Amino acid sequence: MGITFRKETFRDDFTFRNSPEHIRRFPFPFHEDSYMYAVNIEPHVVGPKGSVLENLIDVDEHYVAEMQDRALVLAEDPLRCQSLPHMTLAGWDLLELLMEQQALGYPEHFTLTRDGDRWRWINRPLGIDDTFTFGDTSTLPYGPMEYITRQSQGDFCILDQRDGNLWMDAGMVTTQADWSLDFDIGMNFFEWHAPVPLAHEKGIFTRALKFLTNIQQGKPARRLNWTMTINPRLDTSPENYHKWGPDRATVTPDNVGDKVHLRVELQSFWRLPRSNAIVFPIRCYLIKMDELVTQPKWARRLHRVIRDLPEELATYKGLTRYRPTLVEWLSKLDDGSATSPGFGPD
Amino acid sequence: MSTGTTKLDVVVSDVVPVNELVTRFHFRRRDGELLPTFSGGAHVVVEMRDGDRTRLNPYSLMGSPLDTREYTISIRRDDVGRGGSLFMHRSVRPGLEMVISYPVNLFSLDLRAKKHLMLAGGIGITPFMAQTAQLAGEGGNFELHYTCRTASLGTYADVLQQRYGRRVRLYHDDRGERIDLDRLLSSQPLGTHLYVCGPAGMIGWVRERAAALGWPPETVHFEHFAAPQPGLPFDVTLAISGKTIRVGEQQSLLEAIEAAGVDPPYLCRGGVCGQCETNVIASDGKFIHNDHWLSEEDHRSGCKIMPCVSRFEGKSLVLER
Repeated sequence: MGITFRKETFRDDFTFRNSPEHIRRFPFPFHEDSYMYAVNIEPHVVGPKGSVLENLIDVDEHYVAEMQDRALVLAEDPLRCQSLPHMTLAGWDLLELLMEQQALGYPEHFTLTRDGDRWRWINRPLGIDDTFTFGDTSTLPYGPMEYITRQSQGDFCILDQRDGNLWMDAGMVTTQADWSLDFDIGMNFFEWHAPVPLAHEKGIFTRALKFLTNIQQGKPARRLNWTMTINPRLDTSPENYHKWGPDRATVTPDNVGDKVHLRVELQSFWRLPRSNAIVFPIRCYLIKMDELVTQPKWARRLHRVIRDLPEELATYKGLTRYRPTLVEWLSKLDDGSATSPGFGPD
Repeated sequence: MSTGTTKLDVVVSDVVPVNELVTRFHFRRRDGELLPTFSGGAHVVVEMRDGDRTRLNPYSLMGSPLDTREYTISIRRDDVGRGGSLFMHRSVRPGLEMVISYPVNLFSLDLRAKKHLMLAGGIGITPFMAQTAQLAGEGGNFELHYTCRTASLGTYADVLQQRYGRRVRLYHDDRGERIDLDRLLSSQPLGTHLYVCGPAGMIGWVRERAAALGWPPETVHFEHFAAPQPGLPFDVTLAISGKTIRVGEQQSLLEAIEAAGVDPPYLCRGGVCGQCETNVIASDGKFIHNDHWLSEEDHRSGCKIMPCVSRFEGKSLVLER
């Protein structure tokens, strides 16, 4: 059973939609009726069938459209993809990881065959059939990291591990929630997380760094993060703030359901074998309010989370301007009854 | 090494005496598949089932990271150690099935370096076998200085010279040959990184001289070649479930609790996420906190413990489980 890939856009006319199946599949990030910033790391293991964790690297109905949007972003701004000179080996590691996982999870769409260093990669949804020599960049149309991340959903940061810290020395970042690879490139873990409020006071980042630097090969970990986006725009970069920032002023009681999107990031952390680097896939999932509230439990819970969110976090996540409108709209869908335990819909 | 490391089932494919002290061991996966790829400087933790004892010792992987049909490690016999090396030398034969961890790298190459200067002492040569193979395969610039007691105890010295020629310099203690360390360290080009693996005294000497000669700390990498100390066994009373358990030397408290049929919460099993935080009801002894979750104040108070990584020594420990 193959995936039916949707034709849709993440800009201008915004034709992005989730199918009913994908609404229920959405990785709703709240397991209770309140939220506080926390590390919330868990092992990245296969989850339930029909969920985004059915495969460790998720490919979904938005794959082709997202890759097309990525190509548009890169054409406008090539610096969304950077790899410092010492990161080439890590790029090859990532190419291997993503090809293996996509071929493993979706053999009807991807095929990887290897004969020593001679590899053949077939990507049917994108019409790619390439043969190359592993480790020889001249046999690919781009460097290894760029080549494979033009064919993989989500953003990717490759973190070099040295001096007991992690350094963002390579990445493909076109679907980020308001941060810039070009700004963060070469920074260490504490430097690129400096903007997150409250967390430093709780020692959360020191603990998180300890955990990440001890990630073992073959034992990836993950966490969920979330924010909100007006219109289903993947590229909410600081570079393009002038395009998407004003959207926050366009929310009205009449268009909340269509414009306001919950944006969830499934972040995973993998130890790469040859380079000993960590790769940080950041997979973005979008769902508009009209779609989310087709699941009554989620409607009630989201109402309570957003209503009670600490002001500092609301400001950091950029919700302040439209939060009252959203809370009012959601409150009509909250009858006060209890929500069942767990993340999933009822 | 944190508990709960992913494990590999392997079979010993060869045992090769290298000299009077060192033996090389070859491992293949039991299912015949390729072993996981690794990076130069990585080690695996080998489980040694010796009667009723299980020991866990880390050993550097020596083969080329590009060839993972088998892993190779070399072990120097330590007649006064805890017995791990003796077990390997005396009891391990081709065909024996064993369990090892996935590769872990705490001594990785800094790939930004313009040149890698490597100093090996005795059995400390083992991680450099893989690192030199990795660098040679990539056209990397390296130089290896290897000190050993005698020519016959110069494990792999001939192999290294044959492969890398003048990039390898040997020093034999019995001929009075010593590294002229100050001169060596003073003559390196900008962008050189220094790696040292050997006895603790050698590591201390090299680090002290490097610092005195102005090497930035970020460019000096070292790995102490010592096995982790076992924890002493200890007894625990689980107040809620009414059980008394014994935590073995190579077992975490969390694992012992689980083995007793109690199902405590956990997440990372690495002392970071806080999920398995456990209240201490009473204790008579000393805590050995290894976690990064509890505060120093929590550690001193003796009221909480992270059973995934922390231990206890003393007469009694009562937990709220």
